[in-house]
Amino acid sequence: MSIPLEHVIILASLLFAMGLGCTVAWRSNVIMMLIGIEIMLNAVMLVFVGASARWGVADGQLFALLIMALTSAEVSLALAMVVYLHRRKKTVNTDVFDSMKG
Amino acid sequence: METIVFYILAAVTLVGTVLAITARQGVHAIVYLVTSFFALALIFYLLGAPMVASFEVIIYAGAIMVLFLFVIMMLDLGKPEKIQTPKLYDWCPAILLLVVITGSMGVLASRAATPLNAFAGISVQEFSFTLFKRYGAAIEIISMQLLFALVGALYLGRRR
Repeated sequence: MSIPLEHVIILASLLFAMGLGCTVAWRSNVIMMLIGIEIMLNAVMLVFVGASARWGVADGQLFALLIMALTSAEVSLALAMVVYLHRRKKTVNTDVFDSMKG
Repeated sequence: METIVFYILAAVTLVGTVLAITARQGVHAIVYLVTSFFALALIFYLLGAPMVASFEVIIYAGAIMVLFLFVIMMLDLGKPEKIQTPKLYDWCPAILLLVVITGSMGVLASRAATPLNAFAGISVQEFSFTLFKRYGAAIEIISMQLLFALVGALYLGRRR
C-alpha cells in the first residue's frame, strides 16, 4: 500500500469540483443536476475510504456505506419528483418551474 | 505496482467523469458515469475496502444508474435536439470553481506526500463487527430513512 493520502484527496477534490460544476452548469436538465450530486457524493465516499485506509480503522468505510444508503433514498425521491414534474409541465428544465417566483 | 494501477484508475475516473458531464445525451452520460464508477470501485478495492467496492458496483453502477436510465427512457428525454445544452457562459462559474480547487490542491500538493502505512485492508468480519456492534443505531435510522423514501416515492408517483 504505497498510495499517498494526498493524492487520494486530490482525486476526490477534482471529482467534487466536476460534480459541482455539472450541477451549476446544467440548469436546463434536472437529471444532469442529479448526476452532478451523485459525482459529489462519490468524491466524499472516496475521502472517507482513503481516511479509513490511512488510519486503519473500519469507521470510514462504514460511513461510505451509510452515504450509499442515503444516496439511494435521495435518488429514488428525486426521480419520483422528476417524473411528477414532467407529468405536470412536460419538461425537465428547471427554469420552467418558477411558479413560486424563486 | 499498486501505485501505477491507482494512477491509471484515477485517470479513467477523471476522463469518464469529464465525458459524462459534457455529454449531450443523458444516456451517454449515464454510460460514461458507470465506467467512472467501476474504476472508482477498483480504487476502493486498492484502498483496502472490498465491501465498499462491491457495494459500489452493485448499488451505484447496478441499481442507481439503471434507475436514472429507466427514468430517461420512460420520459423520452433521449432526444438531444429537444434538450438545450449549457452554453460556454453557463460553464463560467464551473471553470472559476475549478481554478479555486486547483489552487487549493496546489497547497495540498506542495507538502511532501507521505505514503500510507502498511495496511492489509479491512476484512468483511471486522467491517460487519464495527457495523453492527458500534453503529447499530445508525443501521436502524438508515432503514427507517429508506422506508420513508419508499413511502414518499410511492406518494409522489401515484396516479391522480
